[in-house]
Amino acid sequence: MSMELIKPGINIDFVGKMKYAMIFSAVLILIGIGSIIFHGGLNPGIDFAGGSIIQVKFSKNISADQIRTALKSTKLENSTIQQFGANEFLIRTSESFSDPKMLEVNVGQPLSAAFNKEYEIRRVEVVGSKVGADFTRKAIIAVILSWLAILIYVTWRFELRYALGGILALVHDTLIVIGAVSIMNMEFTISIVAVLIFVIGFSINDTIVTLDRIREIVKRNPKQKLSEVINLAINETLSRTILTSLTVFLTLLALYIFGGAVIRDFAFAMLVGTVFGTYSTVYIACTSVLLFEKLQPSKMKRK
Amino acid sequence: MFKSLKIRIAITAVVCLAAFYFLIPTFISNIPSPWSQYLPKEKIHLGLDLQGGMHLVLEIDTDKALEAMVERTSNNLKESLMENKVRFRNLEKAKGATISMELTDAAGKTVLEKVLKNDYPDLEIASTTTRDGGQLITLRINAKRAVDLKKLTVEHSLETIRNRVDQFGVAEPEIIPEGDNRILIQLPGIKDPERAKNLIGKTALLEFKIVDEENSLDEALRGNIPEGDIIAYGTREDKSSGQKGQVPYLLKNKTLLTGASLETAKVQISDRFGEPHVSIKFNSQGAADFDRITNENVRKRLAIVLDGVVHSAPVIQERISGGQAQITGNFTMDESRDLAIVLRAGALPAPVNILEERTVGPSLGNDSIRQGILATIIGSLLVFLFMLVYYRLSGVVADIALAMNIFLILAVLAAFQASLTLPGIAGMLLTIGVAVDANILIFERIREELRTGKTARLALDTGYDRALITIIDTHVSGILAAIVLMFFGTGPIKGFAVTTIIGLCVSLFTAIFITRVIFDYFTRNYNIKKLSI
Repeated sequence: MSMELIKPGINIDFVGKMKYAMIFSAVLILIGIGSIIFHGGLNPGIDFAGGSIIQVKFSKNISADQIRTALKSTKLENSTIQQFGANEFLIRTSESFSDPKMLEVNVGQPLSAAFNKEYEIRRVEVVGSKVGADFTRKAIIAVILSWLAILIYVTWRFELRYALGGILALVHDTLIVIGAVSIMNMEFTISIVAVLIFVIGFSINDTIVTLDRIREIVKRNPKQKLSEVINLAINETLSRTILTSLTVFLTLLALYIFGGAVIRDFAFAMLVGTVFGTYSTVYIACTSVLLFEKLQPSKMKRK
Repeated sequence: MFKSLKIRIAITAVVCLAAFYFLIPTFISNIPSPWSQYLPKEKIHLGLDLQGGMHLVLEIDTDKALEAMVERTSNNLKESLMENKVRFRNLEKAKGATISMELTDAAGKTVLEKVLKNDYPDLEIASTTTRDGGQLITLRINAKRAVDLKKLTVEHSLETIRNRVDQFGVAEPEIIPEGDNRILIQLPGIKDPERAKNLIGKTALLEFKIVDEENSLDEALRGNIPEGDIIAYGTREDKSSGQKGQVPYLLKNKTLLTGASLETAKVQISDRFGEPHVSIKFNSQGAADFDRITNENVRKRLAIVLDGVVHSAPVIQERISGGQAQITGNFTMDESRDLAIVLRAGALPAPVNILEERTVGPSLGNDSIRQGILATIIGSLLVFLFMLVYYRLSGVVADIALAMNIFLILAVLAAFQASLTLPGIAGMLLTIGVAVDANILIFERIREELRTGKTARLALDTGYDRALITIIDTHVSGILAAIVLMFFGTGPIKGFAVTTIIGLCVSLFTAIFITRVIFDYFTRNYNIKKLSI
């Protein structure tokens, strides 16, 4: 016998639980929005807000307070200092050093004075506020553009009401990931935008597979009630949906655990996106086709 | 697709060989000589985040270049108007790159218009206000010329920065214009980012000015600067205490000669103290000018000013013909070497601001590679193992396709000279997760068909056929999202998008084509009745 996670012939009533799923999602999204309001907006990284990040590694035991003392009366006095692994720290400031000499004066010299040469500057990122504003604009355009691109593609391949369900799920996934980023108080960086767009691509993947199956069942059995068709399609593809999500989840988990600190936030947001992308395929994208059915009756059924 | 199994096996073999060909330099570092000429030279490029290096986005302050041009034009205009006997006063550069002046003579305007038409085609009269007998006139650079000038400024800056970076000696630098007035610079493997930034960002405007010794410096410091003079500062280091101080100079504002007249500049070590200095040689026009200037100003002091800072102000002992001079100061060897580079490469036509900087040290890059490879290996192993356990022998087929997928992504990166970045590695790992989806779709479908009682052969064919359209849909939508990301993305994110796109395209080939070849080969040659799936 083959190994089977999901037994064939499984029949879970997904469509019937649509109402609870919608409420559950709405609550999650509200919690996310609440967290954003509570934190006074998203916590934009330097990519969007402008500023500098300096990653310093010391060759001996150093505490964040010692660094703070060393940076006293420089322009980095009010920067946040965060431990980033063993004897490694991130110094963040809203200051963006457009003058090449400023970095040396405000970081190199005070650190050398306090810790001799027992440190190494491993990474410097400086983003001017002008570039930050550019990135913000581009990020918003990119996310909306990817929604649109997928809306058009799915409309072309299927029907508008299927596409609308898919887009609803994508907006849902985007909001959930943004909410999770806020709840974890992670920085909202360009990497997170990359995650959003990837999750959009991943979530629509699942949705398309199920939509394909809906279309196939409708062709085979045009008289069947749409709610039953949708339920059947979700159940028939459930095994594949879960297996694929599982493999993606496994690779992301490896990235999260072993990929290093630089990429950890990215991997975390991806994990959240994968889980909710799968959930939204089953509970949001496909079931909401029923809602849109009321707005625009199916052409497929008449075929 | 192709019905003949032989042709399909041949295609697979050709693709594998081509991939192998492009990857040889990456895996074998020293190819013996008769072979090396037939093989590609380039390894897979590592992005700045993996090999260390600096990414800079500079903005050229083109407005400043325009203002400098207006300043020069206003000085020339003064002389032209005097030659043409136009009576005017208060001619000066005003805000927003304009020139304001007052004509005291009603007839002046016609002559001014004639002068502008003949000698200053770039200038136009922006506004005229009549005021008790005279006229207040504002001149501006005409719009088309201003746009041209800005464009020229960017081109010139790009050229200058290229020159400087070339002379500094960085392997494979990338210097490309971005938008209207930005320059993107990528310097892989740079050891001293601060020094590189200084070298690139320095305006390096070298000017020779005469020190005004007829007027009192003290008086000028109190605020009474004589007409046509400026105050500039030099630094002086007290040798015994090591303290640095500022020394003021009162200079004639008129620039007699600039770095544009240099032919070359090089570092020399002075005989007496063993200190480095920069020796400069003027071009023929510059040498003639220098000859004349030194002749006219014997016994006066000539200030050598670099970016507004007085480096030295030696007394001109005698007329200097031959066009040689020295710039001294308390330079270290590196400083004087960099100064010689910027003087040779020429001044930037406008100041630059650093808009964005991302520097990764080589040690962090090494850590990232190690962690990235570790995560990829563990992630892939998990997926490999999962497929093997869940689908048994069919899982092995999927695993072969996955391994091919990784192999082909690397080969495409090597062939197109695209860079592998840390997000790129993440993208590759993710593609593995997604690529396996195609096989899961097919296998689940085959299982469904087997359950309906079909034979292995038929279940295989139907499974592939039915899953194909879905697989194409999912891949296309994934590629669409990645293309959006590629156009939006900067540096590393682009790496993520590019590897994802390559990965998805490759996966269409490996997951559908290659696995089918393997299945067909075995089911046809070994008369398999039951699939291990």
